[in-house]
Amino acid sequence: MFAQLRSIPLLPLLGAAYLIFFGRRHSRKVVHAVAIFAVAASCLITLDAFFFGLMPASRTGGGVIVDAVFPWIAAAGGDLVVDFSLRMDALSGLLCLVVTFIGTLIHVYSIGYMAHEKDYSRFFAYLNLFCAAMLLLVLGDSLPVVFIGWEGVGLASYLLIGFWYQDNANASAGKKAFITNRIGDFGFLLGMFLLFRTTGTLSIPDILDVATHGQVLTAPLWLGQSVAFWVGLLLFLAAAGKSAQIPLYVWLPDAMAGPTPVSALIHAATMVTAGVYLVARMQAVYLLAPAALAVVAIVGALTALLAALIGFAQNDFKKVLAYSTVSQLGFMFVGVGTANFSAGIFHLFTHAFFKAGLFLCAGSVMHAMGGSGDITRMGGLAKRLPVTTRVFQVCWLAIAGVPIFSGFFSKDAIVEGTFATRAFGQGLAWVGPLVGVILLVAALGTAFYMSRLYFLVFTGPCRASAAVQEHIHEAPAAMTLPLAILAVGAALAGLVGLPPGLRELWGGHGASPLVAWLAPAVGEPMPVSLAAEWTTMAVSTVIALLGIGAGYAFFGGGYRRPAAAWVARAPGLVALVRDKFRVDELYHAILLRPFRVLCDLTFKVVDRILIDKILVGSWGFFVDTAGGMLRFCQTGDVQRYLAAFAIGLAAVVWVAAHPQSPDEVQVKVTGHTVKVDVVEPGPRDGALGYGFDFDGDGVPDRSGKSPSALWTYAAPNRYTITITIADASWHTQRVVKRTVDVR
Amino acid sequence: MPSYAYILVSLVLFFLGTTGVLMRRNALFVLMSIELQLGAGSLALLAFARALGDQRGHVVAFFIMAMAAAEAAIGLAIVVAVYRTRKKIDLATIDELRG
Repeated sequence: MFAQLRSIPLLPLLGAAYLIFFGRRHSRKVVHAVAIFAVAASCLITLDAFFFGLMPASRTGGGVIVDAVFPWIAAAGGDLVVDFSLRMDALSGLLCLVVTFIGTLIHVYSIGYMAHEKDYSRFFAYLNLFCAAMLLLVLGDSLPVVFIGWEGVGLASYLLIGFWYQDNANASAGKKAFITNRIGDFGFLLGMFLLFRTTGTLSIPDILDVATHGQVLTAPLWLGQSVAFWVGLLLFLAAAGKSAQIPLYVWLPDAMAGPTPVSALIHAATMVTAGVYLVARMQAVYLLAPAALAVVAIVGALTALLAALIGFAQNDFKKVLAYSTVSQLGFMFVGVGTANFSAGIFHLFTHAFFKAGLFLCAGSVMHAMGGSGDITRMGGLAKRLPVTTRVFQVCWLAIAGVPIFSGFFSKDAIVEGTFATRAFGQGLAWVGPLVGVILLVAALGTAFYMSRLYFLVFTGPCRASAAVQEHIHEAPAAMTLPLAILAVGAALAGLVGLPPGLRELWGGHGASPLVAWLAPAVGEPMPVSLAAEWTTMAVSTVIALLGIGAGYAFFGGGYRRPAAAWVARAPGLVALVRDKFRVDELYHAILLRPFRVLCDLTFKVVDRILIDKILVGSWGFFVDTAGGMLRFCQTGDVQRYLAAFAIGLAAVVWVAAHPQSPDEVQVKVTGHTVKVDVVEPGPRDGALGYGFDFDGDGVPDRSGKSPSALWTYAAPNRYTITITIADASWHTQRVVKRTVDVR
Repeated sequence: MPSYAYILVSLVLFFLGTTGVLMRRNALFVLMSIELQLGAGSLALLAFARALGDQRGHVVAFFIMAMAAAEAAIGLAIVVAVYRTRKKIDLATIDELRG
């Protein structure tokens, strides 16, 4: 190993920063050279770390590379310590490889796809930013670091969905993705808080250690469920947001508004699998809560089925692929949800190849069709786009689950796991077979809608207008080369995870290299009997061929009679499926509309009445009225101002010329003797004279400069003392009176 | 002549000046009334200076003369400028800053 782990996310980050600040100064060649160098170098470092760092440590994936970058948070008197450190183990190493490798291919592809794009450097900057965030997500050693990456990929996704922001629909799609993801992020944060409260740490290895050896996570928390259940549920909410599962899947089909390479990289191959990664990463926590696993598996299965059904009637190339991504992510969640973590990751791995390949084919087709993705206006492209067609065929067979191709093995591993799993215990044992059956149906649907897509786009007569047909051409080498590489991956990636039954045919033994490699990170593989294995393989082969056959019967060589007959027989159903079961409309009715009503109410009551009328309006009224009265004083006549000035000056002189009233007049009575003290404000300057009239005859009995005087009365009575304070220089005086009772 | 007579003359002058400043509508007369006030002030200063034998009053009186000259120059210039723009110098009609 020649480089530290930190350089893996750092290089794309630097690339992004450079391109954001200086990208516009450079020519297109420099821009894509910088971006591709950043991600390709990161890929090479990952390869090096994987094969020369991890592998020598252990052939079975037990090796770990840790890079403590810097101490990050030390708070709460040392209770909360989070180091910014990265960690590569069997799982994150594999994910890192996928991200950097597919990322590099898609960067190269983008040279061709975005060639006519005005904002070239911004695109590559965001793409690099995405890679940096995704690598941070995968390599993060503690949940907060993962969360930075988690938010970072969300940001990059938002920026790239809304890349063509001048079109309002694209900007709205970006916002929809971001806001939907916020709901999931809320779950991530709460899960993190709950984990910290119970385990006192946020470092992932420590949490897993507590989950494996400690007891705190099995303690009941709420509604009779354990901490692990609630943590699992909250983290799955995060995963469902990021990985587009029910109920938060609605953003992903809209995210197709972004450029196609983005759909391939972010919304198919890497970012959307982050949820699967999160569940697999926290496997020890999930294993403590079979109920949480059951939720993951059931939600995954339902998503797989629902999205596959919606895929039947979509007429946009990328929308079909988007729903197929949602569906395949559902498969992965069933994998991890049945505690068959290595199968889930295996499907993630193969899916990255064939789905990226499918999306890049979509890009190539749309490139040829002048940017349109409407498959009702395509057809017969096999002759015009030979390379794209070959690649699409391979990826199509892979996703449909035809034997030998990669998707077959990974999908199989998941399905056979559902029937074999023991993770749910006694009470929930029905979950496994149930999700298994749902998955088989979904797999049939997958094979059908992918065949529909293939036949409608590549076979039969072309239904595009003459002008568009004129324009159809195969993509440049920058686009076809990554396509070819991905096709090889889509065909062969399954070989690293061959099931034991098949491996024995070639003299192999036990778990496949991939499963064995992942075992230290995500647990031992699910023991499956050879008979069950062969049965599953046979059943899923039949299902794949059935789906493809049905697809051919309906759509082989364009729209056929059965397809038209179905539409005629059940137009309402077809429209319902085409409208995505109107889930968006449902959300609109039950979430958005009440929210808007609430907003409207708040606006009218709080804003319009409370703030505008009462708080602002009353002050306005007060100032307005006061101003209206005062404006009569402002006549604009300078002589009136002068008169007011003269009067004011005279008043000031009048006040200044008179002695100030004393602060206090102290009167002390002792027997018949009265002592008076005048306490003056401010220092005495000797200019004042005091006269004291004790007996009330109008003549001062005591006078002089002294402010104190003494007098003895002859008889007890009530007396009034008159004190005259005189200012000799101004010839003015002030009179103060006090009453005393002499007893 | 005792000094209170000077002060009395000064007071009468100042009163006349103030009345003029506040009452006259013609800007030129207002300016002349201000001169009267300044003259009254100078007279009072000189009277006190002589009575108290303090030379500072004389000095200030000189300052007042210089300032009065400057004030007259600027004041007349303003009056001329006002006359040029509105062809009259009646202060009662100059009330653009009315609220």
